[in-house]
Amino acid sequence: MTYSVPRLPEEPDPDLRSKGSRRVSGWLLWEVFIRPRRGLHHVHAGSLHAPDGEIALQSARDVYTRRGEGVSLWVVPSSEITSSDAADAASLFDPTSEKPFRDATFYQVPDEVEWL
Amino acid sequence: MANERSFVTISVVSAQHPGRARFEALLAAEEKVEPADWMPEGYRKTLIRQIAQHAHSEVIGMQPEGNWISRAPTLKRKAILMAKVQDEAGHGLYLYSAAETLGITRDEMVRLLHEGKQKYSSIFNYPTLSWADIGCIGWLVDGAAITNQVMLTRCSFGPYARGMVRICKEESFHQRQGFQIMETLCRGSAEQREMAQDGLGRWWWPSLMMFGPHDSDSTHSDQSMAWKIKRVSNDDLRQQFVDMTVPQADYLGLTVPDPELRWNPERGHYDFGEIDWDEFWAVVRGNGPMNRERIAHKRAAWYDGAWVRKAASAYAARHTGQVG
Repeated sequence: MTYSVPRLPEEPDPDLRSKGSRRVSGWLLWEVFIRPRRGLHHVHAGSLHAPDGEIALQSARDVYTRRGEGVSLWVVPSSEITSSDAADAASLFDPTSEKPFRDATFYQVPDEVEWL
Repeated sequence: MANERSFVTISVVSAQHPGRARFEALLAAEEKVEPADWMPEGYRKTLIRQIAQHAHSEVIGMQPEGNWISRAPTLKRKAILMAKVQDEAGHGLYLYSAAETLGITRDEMVRLLHEGKQKYSSIFNYPTLSWADIGCIGWLVDGAAITNQVMLTRCSFGPYARGMVRICKEESFHQRQGFQIMETLCRGSAEQREMAQDGLGRWWWPSLMMFGPHDSDSTHSDQSMAWKIKRVSNDDLRQQFVDMTVPQADYLGLTVPDPELRWNPERGHYDFGEIDWDEFWAVVRGNGPMNRERIAHKRAAWYDGAWVRKAASAYAARHTGQVG
């Protein structure tokens, strides 16, 4: 438990009024990307709230890079990200598995042939 | 395992939503459920409640330790304690972000905390009376938290599990620095050893309480286990913590305040005494030593900080034209 305090019989189910809203105190939600070191991609690390990009960057530094996690940060408003629909995953990504010939392991190479 | 009643609930509802089959297939395959996936309303609500409480615990947990920043015995200890308290703030933020993916805003969670409608771990309703208490929080409280959080890295909800991985990495520093404080005290003067023993005396039982009621009295555990939110039972986690910690106390030369504590070679575990459940429920109900003060302090900090949030919004509005 620790983080699930036991439910008292009289505990009400809180009324979650703001369901679905993505804004906090009028601040935008930002996604944070970190480049671990030069030569690597920026990788998604998490999100945070900030009124603008400048403060988002500063907060990202404080929240996500306290232990030398990276050398560069990107912050992007979450609302600017267009994502694929999880429900479409089958139709979007399935054709890949039907084309195993795209992978090098599909092809047999004679043992005596080198450098292939 | 799910009890008979929750099993019936599941089978009745499964006929109603096509997403349920996929949800249950994900759970069965030990795959993570992500925010965009269909999930039962009960699963969503249980997670919001638990992750919000977890986030609030990290945030409120800054208070008992913050209490000692100005009185840390050396500059080095002060710097370490500040880094640790800063980590707790960061952990709260990771967790609020995870909860937000379930469709609740941070403002809403803060409001529910301030109104007493969402709780935080009862352990933070105990006071930090001496420097040894800072050692005990790191060693015992963070030790108990790690036991719990390592389990939660295998939680079925993706954002929560990922947050736990990050938190666990940082938390091991917390536990070690706590143990080191205790070790230093135990190697010190008679008075310092006494301080360490007094700290253990006060923090041992509340730390065991962190694992919650007995499995037999834990009404919502079955469902959480079935949903793979929770992977190990309260009693099993508590036993694991006792087995790990008692030898550490022995090493420090401290006495665990439990006359019934003894190694049971047949079970391969320590046997230990019964928790004072009256105290446990009193603190959950809001009557612990520090419940009122913790929330009053949290609310005051939130309202005192309002001008900073307003100023940041006004600055952003002026420079980017965004509505703050």
